[in-house]
Amino acid sequence: LSSAWIIAAALAAPLAGALAVLVLRRNPNVREGASLTAAGVTFVFCAVLVPEVMAGGRPELELLQLFPGLAIGFRVEPLGLGFALVASFLWFVTVTYAIGYMRAHHEKNQTRFYMFFALAIAATVGAAFAENLLTLYVFYEGLTLATYPLVTHGGKDKDRAGGRTYLSILLGTSLTFLLLALAWTYAVTGTLSFVDGGVFVRGEGLVAGMSPPLLALLYALFLFGTGKAALIPFHRWLPAAMVAPTPVSALLHAVAVVKLGVFTVLKVTVYTFGAGALVQFDATQWLEYVAAATLLIAAVIALREDNLKRRLAYSTISQLAYIVLAATLANRFSLLAGGMHIVAHAFAKITLFFCAGAILVSLNKTKVSELRGVGRQMPVTMTAWLVASAGVIGLPLTGGFWSKWYLARGTLEAGEPLMLAVILVGSLLAVGYLVPPAVRAFYAAPEIAAEPLRGKRYEAPWPSLAALSLTATLSVLLFFAAEPVFAFLEGFAS
Amino acid sequence: VIAAHLPALQVLTPLIAAPLCILLRNGRLAGLLTVAAAWSAFAIAVTLLLQVLESGPVTYMFGGWQAPWGIEYRIDVLNAFVLVIVGTIAAAVVPFAMKSAADEIIPQRHALFWALVNLLIAGLFGIVVTGDLFNVFVFLEISSLASYALVSLGRSPRALTAAFRYLVLGTLGATFFLIGVGLLYAATGTLNMSDIAVRVQDQLGSRTVLVAFAFLTVGLSLKAALFPLHAWLPGAYAEAPSAVTALLAATATKVAIYMLLRVIFLFGPAFTYIDLPLGEVLVALALAGMLAGSAAALFQTDVKRLLAYSSIAHVGYMLLGVGLGNLAGLTGGIAHLFNHALAKGALFVAVGCVVLRTGSSHIERFAGLGRQMPWTMAAFVIAGLSLIGLPLTAGFASKWYLVVGALEHGWWWVAVLMVASAAVAVLYVWRVLEVAYFRTPLPGAMPVSEAPFEMLVPLWALAGASVYFGIDTSFNIGVAERAASAVLGLAP
Repeated sequence: LSSAWIIAAALAAPLAGALAVLVLRRNPNVREGASLTAAGVTFVFCAVLVPEVMAGGRPELELLQLFPGLAIGFRVEPLGLGFALVASFLWFVTVTYAIGYMRAHHEKNQTRFYMFFALAIAATVGAAFAENLLTLYVFYEGLTLATYPLVTHGGKDKDRAGGRTYLSILLGTSLTFLLLALAWTYAVTGTLSFVDGGVFVRGEGLVAGMSPPLLALLYALFLFGTGKAALIPFHRWLPAAMVAPTPVSALLHAVAVVKLGVFTVLKVTVYTFGAGALVQFDATQWLEYVAAATLLIAAVIALREDNLKRRLAYSTISQLAYIVLAATLANRFSLLAGGMHIVAHAFAKITLFFCAGAILVSLNKTKVSELRGVGRQMPVTMTAWLVASAGVIGLPLTGGFWSKWYLARGTLEAGEPLMLAVILVGSLLAVGYLVPPAVRAFYAAPEIAAEPLRGKRYEAPWPSLAALSLTATLSVLLFFAAEPVFAFLEGFAS
Repeated sequence: VIAAHLPALQVLTPLIAAPLCILLRNGRLAGLLTVAAAWSAFAIAVTLLLQVLESGPVTYMFGGWQAPWGIEYRIDVLNAFVLVIVGTIAAAVVPFAMKSAADEIIPQRHALFWALVNLLIAGLFGIVVTGDLFNVFVFLEISSLASYALVSLGRSPRALTAAFRYLVLGTLGATFFLIGVGLLYAATGTLNMSDIAVRVQDQLGSRTVLVAFAFLTVGLSLKAALFPLHAWLPGAYAEAPSAVTALLAATATKVAIYMLLRVIFLFGPAFTYIDLPLGEVLVALALAGMLAGSAAALFQTDVKRLLAYSSIAHVGYMLLGVGLGNLAGLTGGIAHLFNHALAKGALFVAVGCVVLRTGSSHIERFAGLGRQMPWTMAAFVIAGLSLIGLPLTAGFASKWYLVVGALEHGWWWVAVLMVASAAVAVLYVWRVLEVAYFRTPLPGAMPVSEAPFEMLVPLWALAGASVYFGIDTSFNIGVAERAASAVLGLAP
């Protein structure tokens, strides 16, 4: 089997999954089986590509020529493959979780739910493998459209309002800034391909029609145009998207959609601009401050947010800003950190969302202030919460430690001690917004003392519990398995 | 024998069908005859395009009279492409009209309606095929008179005032055009466009030619609904029977823009873009139209009227390409004639389906249709995405070329304003979709069923084409690029 066919199969598997979900809608168990199978198959096909990419190979597949000289095509490189692996693996886990959640929560229209879920993953994998900006753009927009029905799943007025914010910011930024950035890149360089070292450098200087200030402006267009990276002031779609059912928030708004945003930023940084060129022409300076500001402001908002899912959303905005900051620092350590954080944050944050969903399903609680005593009622869930919190904060013995560590090295490498301070303060704030809910859950007495506690457990249905235990465990295992991940990402960062 | 006469048959097929419709008197038979005429005309248009693409421009001397004395039909890539646009839309909308118009127009007028549809199509084909300026005027009048009458067939009494307004402004446009043709004839002594193009070159400084140019461009801009000469359009589109709106919106303004492009290049690009600031003027007005049209669309409560304002914005896209005057811009503008025809045709057809079932195109009547008319609304979604210009739809292809064209021209602010106005399209398209998919039907509203199959087929043909030509752009972008390089003189 040639690697081009494997790429095609990895893209087709989620699409086939979507179709299978639709066809098998009569029997929910078989239908969810189809989702699980598609997720497993997608993951396996992605995994098959690992050895070749690890060895420096870049398998390619050209689908079609959209315009003369501009193709929809795929070229698998380490960062994208890592992203696709994480997304497809967590799709499998999330479907498992969703089987428990969606049924316990009596959600309607589950076929539509699982179908658009599969379509969203298809878009994610397509974007992850993109050979050029146009392909990335096509799947980026596809992901927005595929997730819209998931965000508005409830169909109530609040869902519609959330969906409106979601769509207007994500489409608004990408149809204006990002499209302009693409057209500008194309008009100046005549190509949209991702190339090692970037496309703007010719010899010692820049291509004709580009100057250092314009380069900085173009980079800003890319960063703000990628609304999915949720830089302030284009971050409001993410809290708005929290009206969605929890599995959607977990996989799509902690992993697929937001990570596609920062993935785009990293990819553009390395393969369109070239990290070296960005540093040489000093094109990222003020954007570092935008990222740092987003990092801190979102963390402070998270501190004050009482709704559990919204708190997690602001936490995500803050953590995404770490990755954007890593991109703007543009050196080997920071880029490794950015890649690693995509993985580490994915496992930790999806666990936190799973926990929030479990609490909602079992106890019908959505607020931090309602968590008193939940630790005794749902010990497994809240333990997982604590573990995952450590992962987001970046404590040792979790994968998150490595990304923060490398990012710290990256700031020193770039000679930006101020950014080091920002990173540390951001982590402290993360302690502040993630640990108190757990403390309250474990140490405060339950709200209704009369309720019998002994012998009665309120844990979520077992598939959900298994899912959140697994991701929490993986978040820890990543600490010990960081070596191969970094070795894999090395092909991207240097 | 037939192959040699295709250019004439292109016009004659619908032109002969028109009186036959009256003679048939029976609405249904007349409709079937019109379907046959439209499909034959579509086939002829495709054949002509293939012929032109393969072996260069086709000329045809009407009645065998040689050029300066007789009327010459001259078909190159550009007008063959526009013939296919008109043909495609006619082939799709006419079958749709069988059901839609039968419902919206009183039965005694059905045969008359079909005759008018044939005249409209014949007139539009005529404008496009002919190489003689006065002949253009004649066909312009045929198509215009037919369309005034068609608009007036709308159900509401407001249709009459809308038609009257359209008539006054349309006649003004046509008169301007005629004055321009007269002046040009006085200056060059010919009406044949290829001859004019040669002879006008050593008179470009003369006042007569300058005035002729002004009358021609303003007249055609009125016909094309270029902002701020668009006042006739919203009323005419909103009040006409749905099938008429679909037909007019997807063809009439396109043909006027085609003619404007012809006239501009008759005088040569140097005269238009360098001696005169027409490029800048067109770009400025196009942008104003895009922004104003999109903004006005946001506040409409009638979906037909909403789409009509969107049309004003999209006329802006096409004329923006003409105003840019470089290869990428013109390619985008010409391709958008086709891409927008597909999307807007599909949208108006979808609204026609809704009118058939609910009796109204008011936005409130769309409530709950996402479930009650799933196929109609799904097609509306797809065509709406093309209108917005999301990737992998035809609308994206033309928008991409226009943005690149603006940037290559160095007019970055044009690109910025253009993408901004395109983003507004998200808002007005989504307003309709939100009502259709989230709002529960009004209390007391009767539940409706899906549109009949024979209406869904043309609807999905147009919506499907909007996606197909967004993925395989070798036809629309490919041919538009050839047409653009031909008028720019970059290629034979």
